[in-house]
Amino acid sequence: MSNSILEGEALVESPAATTVMSMQQALNRALDEVLAENPKTLIFGEDCGRLGGVFRITDGLQARHGERRVFDTPLAESGILGMSVGLAMAGFHPIPEVQFDGFAYPAINQIVCQIARMNYRSRGTLPMPITLRVPSFGGIRAPEHHGESLESLFAHVPGLKVVSPSNPHEAYHLLKYAATRPDPVIFMEPKSRYWQKGEVDVARHDAAGGSPTGAKVMREGRHLTLVAWGAMVARCLQVAELAAEDGIDIEVLDLRWLKPIDAAALAASVRKTRRAVVVHEAPLTSGLGAEVAQLITQSCFDTLRGPVERVTGFDVPYPSGDLEDEYIPNIDRILFGIQRVLEYKRG
Amino acid sequence: MDTLPVASGAAAEPLTPAQLRELYSLMVAVRHLDTSAIAWQRQGIIPGYAPELGQEAAQVGSGYAVDTTRDFVFPTYREMGVARTMGVDMVAYMSTHKATWHGGLYDPLESRLAPIQAVVAGSVLHAVGWAHGQTLAAGTAGPSTVNTAPADGKLGVALTYFGDGASSQGDVHEALNFAAVMKAPVVFFVQNNGWAISVPTERQVAGGSVAARAAGYGMPALQIDGDDVVAVVEATRRAFAHARAGNGPVLIEAMTYRRGPHSTSDDPGRYRSLDEERDGAGTDPLERFRQRLLADGIADEAFFAEALAAAKAEEEQIRTGIQALGSRPGTEMFDLVFQETTPALQAQAASWREESEHV
Repeated sequence: MSNSILEGEALVESPAATTVMSMQQALNRALDEVLAENPKTLIFGEDCGRLGGVFRITDGLQARHGERRVFDTPLAESGILGMSVGLAMAGFHPIPEVQFDGFAYPAINQIVCQIARMNYRSRGTLPMPITLRVPSFGGIRAPEHHGESLESLFAHVPGLKVVSPSNPHEAYHLLKYAATRPDPVIFMEPKSRYWQKGEVDVARHDAAGGSPTGAKVMREGRHLTLVAWGAMVARCLQVAELAAEDGIDIEVLDLRWLKPIDAAALAASVRKTRRAVVVHEAPLTSGLGAEVAQLITQSCFDTLRGPVERVTGFDVPYPSGDLEDEYIPNIDRILFGIQRVLEYKRG
Repeated sequence: MDTLPVASGAAAEPLTPAQLRELYSLMVAVRHLDTSAIAWQRQGIIPGYAPELGQEAAQVGSGYAVDTTRDFVFPTYREMGVARTMGVDMVAYMSTHKATWHGGLYDPLESRLAPIQAVVAGSVLHAVGWAHGQTLAAGTAGPSTVNTAPADGKLGVALTYFGDGASSQGDVHEALNFAAVMKAPVVFFVQNNGWAISVPTERQVAGGSVAARAAGYGMPALQIDGDDVVAVVEATRRAFAHARAGNGPVLIEAMTYRRGPHSTSDDPGRYRSLDEERDGAGTDPLERFRQRLLADGIADEAFFAEALAAAKAEEEQIRTGIQALGSRPGTEMFDLVFQETTPALQAQAASWREESEHV
């Protein structure tokens, strides 16, 4: 296939029929294929067309698929999302982009009151196959409103589904999957991972035949389960390597879908390890970690060796770049969380 | 105000006597159903209703211009007259006021009427998206299974309703700007009925006119007498012709008056006097049209009596249908959230069934 998406950068074909690419390249390739495979799909938003998006995720797509399929809109998020509703009603599959997480707030009325409810309101006659891409989470020392973690806000809204990929392979496959669904999906891209490379097997999402709607075990372990999503998965894998040096065998579960959450996968993992720590960038209070902890408690109460710990951002507005490393869960804080669970004594 | 170029508006053919009589019959049917619905609420048949008394000419006239084979209409919660004019199943429509289902039970795709919208200005942007979809479909990239390029090269038009109150919402600005930038085939139909619940237009709309704002978007606009049904039909037809030909959006501001309360829960006595009401409302649009038809020799008393009898029979039929309407099964709460349900939702539905003894 054509790879002008990756202009100026040679693809490295690895022996296992996989391709090494960055998450930006993987997302770009997925969108290119989605546009080619489904003539109903449209990509639009601020600077998505000629520029290719501020993160270049839609780079080259307008040139290849034309201005009718990939276009720039005026700079107004409610307009972009409200327009998506009408386009979906007209039979299209919109794949709009909100340029940064914090810019979803001006569109929240259209997302919550319209996109999430139109299928329900219309008794299933007007489905909303809208795949909303949101560059999400922190870690790039960006200005205010450019580092927000909105997953629990979206997950709380009936009618929305929420997914976040953790690496290029997941990004490619989850976006291709989300963009074929008949329901609205909020696709949260971990922007700090856009430029990290990884192996992508475009032919196969899961060698083990797992469902694309479920969570995924990224590392098997016996002593404790780290539950994470987005950029925190890579960090948890690092933590697991460090813990292994101390003889602690950690399982890392990439939740992937934040709604619906794969409760069965959580149960299966924690029944085995009997301990769990959930890690996320979003603030602690009413964060998705609470939901995960409850699901684990419900399925694993008898086998748990201690309470589920949460290592998260703080209940503060997302701080300026100089302080973001203090805010985002780092390796030390995750290790302390693990230690608290391992050292828990029944009172 | 009239900034719509006449040439692009295609000098509409004058309404025939038969069409004028049809418009009157529609207005009587709407008037009678509307006033009856208030009685239904008082009798406990429905829990609430948003009357449109005084807006019959604006609603029937604009709805009359719609081509239901290709256009699509985006209502608020006060467009019963539009729905009736478009031929929507009125039991299914009025079911929203019986609290049966928020969006109503009618099929939006078949009736070409979007679900009833309770968010003020909520669907104005939807109209822009739908309309832009017509432009895209008329080109090469449209989803051929749903929209095909019209054989005659004429676009489907989105007709979206909102009021003077909604004109304060940011979404209306975004919609007008998006539509103008994209030259989307949209007719923005503003019913300026003087009141947003208790707040009068002069405390709502800077400059006193929504139509004046269109100039800022480079969009033609018409400000019309919304109580003159013939003027409304003609203006809407011109706007449709302009948009259908690919010339972009048009804004119509129909000046009318909300003669009734905002809803059956409202008490206008708290914010306007009966004298103010009389002065603001002017002549009843239905009576005005009746006098005109009489003066022009187009209809006589026998016709008016017949139209009223038909309206009464129709209302009775709709009331019977509404009274016979049962609650929707509770399973629909769960089943209609998604096209593809989730395990969590299935589990909640199962426990609801079990714990509510609905097994």
